[in-house]
Amino acid sequence: MRWIFAAIVCLMPILGLTKEATPAAEDPILEQRLVHLAKELRCLVCQNESLADSRADLAGDLRQQIREQMKAGRSDEQIKAWLTQRYGDFVLYRTPIKATTVALWFGPFVLLLAGLAALLLYLRRRRTLVSRAGLSAQDQSRARALLREPEQDRSPPGAAAGG
Amino acid sequence: MKSLRFLLPLLLFVVLLMFLWVGLSLDPREVPSPLVGKPAPSFQLARLDDPAKTLAEKDLRGQVWLLNVWASWCVSCMEEHPVLVELSRQGLVPLYGLNYKDERAAAQAWLARNGDPYTLSMADPDGRVGIDYGVYGVPETYVIDKTGVIRYKQIGPVTPKVLSERILPLVRQLQAS
Repeated sequence: MRWIFAAIVCLMPILGLTKEATPAAEDPILEQRLVHLAKELRCLVCQNESLADSRADLAGDLRQQIREQMKAGRSDEQIKAWLTQRYGDFVLYRTPIKATTVALWFGPFVLLLAGLAALLLYLRRRRTLVSRAGLSAQDQSRARALLREPEQDRSPPGAAAGG
Repeated sequence: MKSLRFLLPLLLFVVLLMFLWVGLSLDPREVPSPLVGKPAPSFQLARLDDPAKTLAEKDLRGQVWLLNVWASWCVSCMEEHPVLVELSRQGLVPLYGLNYKDERAAAQAWLARNGDPYTLSMADPDGRVGIDYGVYGVPETYVIDKTGVIRYKQIGPVTPKVLSERILPLVRQLQAS
């Protein structure tokens, strides 16, 4: 009983410090649409968080503005355009395909294909090299000699070295 | 031919190293603004010193001016403040302040305590004009030309180096044109 009390007391400052809920969920459908859109958008202050997750001040302001624009009947695309006009494509987690981002979108595939092509070429060339080279008469007799070697000659390592 | 085969991996490695080196020197917090080269977003805001009077972006046409986004709660603003005071003392270019998401009394006290480098400051208490200007980290500074086009944006504090090497040469060039 006592430790529960202690735990509650310890938690109190944390609970007390949390911010008040922003005046939001008047319209649950709009809120859902907001969260859905904000998940696709990057918060500029804490760049690895989405606008939906971030607790930065600016993210709160931007959510509020998006909310207002949604109420005013603007489409998601219009809102995204409004944001990119101010903050650039950087706010979008899904980078649009355009002249400056072609390398970003297709570069990896080009590199992969180039690598595969190089590998294929190399393998093909190696096969023809190996088959063309064959073995000289001397090599063949050596190979035959090695294959014919009696078992006892292959002494375990260390035995011949004498300690 | 044979030596090339051994040099190639080394060459690739050096290229990779150069990419990584450049990558290290980039600041991921500096997002290039799409507003550079575009007309400065219009605004009409109450003045910080006299809320009854307003200042609009239109009023500033015809001259090269700097817009500095600042706040009394902003720590880095203190860092650039002496640079701005020195700039205003030289009187080379008008410097307008956008007091971003601040309280009027706190902002005025801050200016009284540290010195006021601004020709004028405008109050943007809810940060709407800030958002129009793509502000995401105070302080930020914009160079705006005679026709009202943004020519440069400094994200973060203005250092003496940035001022003398980037902002002032640009201002001089724009003033001459």
